[in-house]
Amino acid sequence: MSTPTSFRKLPWFLSGMRGIFSGPALVLMSAFVGFCGFAYEAGIPVGQALFMSGMVWALPGQFVLIGAIIAGASLPTAALAVALSSMRLMPMVASLVPEIKSRDTPTWVLLLISHFVAVTAWVFTMERVHLVPREGRVAFFAGFGVAITTTNLLIVAILYGVISHLPAMIGGALFFLTPVYFITSIWASARGIEVYFAMLAGLFLGPLFHTADPELGILYAGVIGGTLAFLLERLVSGHRRRKNASR
Amino acid sequence: MPPGSWTELLWPYVFIAVAGWLATDIWRWLGVLLGSRISEGSAALIWVRSVATALVAAVVARLILYPAGTLEATPVTLRVAAVAVGFLVFLGARQNIFAGILTAEAVLLAGIFLMA
Repeated sequence: MSTPTSFRKLPWFLSGMRGIFSGPALVLMSAFVGFCGFAYEAGIPVGQALFMSGMVWALPGQFVLIGAIIAGASLPTAALAVALSSMRLMPMVASLVPEIKSRDTPTWVLLLISHFVAVTAWVFTMERVHLVPREGRVAFFAGFGVAITTTNLLIVAILYGVISHLPAMIGGALFFLTPVYFITSIWASARGIEVYFAMLAGLFLGPLFHTADPELGILYAGVIGGTLAFLLERLVSGHRRRKNASR
Repeated sequence: MPPGSWTELLWPYVFIAVAGWLATDIWRWLGVLLGSRISEGSAALIWVRSVATALVAAVVARLILYPAGTLEATPVTLRVAAVAVGFLVFLGARQNIFAGILTAEAVLLAGIFLMA
């Protein structure tokens, strides 16, 4: 495949690949170390952990999926829980696409590379994409996506081989990385106050609904807690708007 | 070997493909198709973000209270205290994720050692 223009995309692809040495990439790698400990402790075999990491490529979704597997959830329940947790990817992709595509980017290429979009790739690309010329942006993003996915799959494959030889407590400590990583990273990357409300609502309603209904409790907590957080956000921002208008 | 063993071997992968891959990538594909058509500050987007956040938080809480594997043997108060202290340090350290994670792990491991 050659482009009619003499613009060379390979240097931008390689430049994107070098992004595995960036801050967001290093945080994700340590989170994947945590994921390994979590999946291993949950009794997920290495083949399934690798398949899941490559196919889902979104830690919250993988985390919810394993949670559903542990709880013995049915396929529709698990799919619904994962779909609800992965909804956040839609606005991320929708806001990233206008930043990286050029006039001649085919839709199928965007559909293909959208698979790499998760919190880390989104933060990394949004921060740096304005330094890349428009024609090189898709290559830059694809380079980062390929490099970081490959690296993390290698982490899963290698760590699964050694984790069973480590003391049991290490497995427990690695399992513990994941919940702490999610609480802090979601809080730190929040774009609006509704994220703080939703986080607190989920933390308190989750266990409450779980005791009432272990199978569907998480879904209730997500929808009810999220809707409460949304209404609270509307109330607060509506109040702010009125205050600004009366000024 | 029972006749069902082949499908039993494949079933976890089908489960992951449908409940994991399809349930996730459908949103990415919709994101591409919507592209620039939705606005960043719309109410629908805020609701979606709220529900997704609350759901993940609910799973986080459940896994702290009802973990799998080795952590099941540790007291629930220790796990909650470790997360709470880690989160406070995260907030105090200008939202440094590493500081929060390291603190939570240190409190957890110190608790396990002291009780052993």
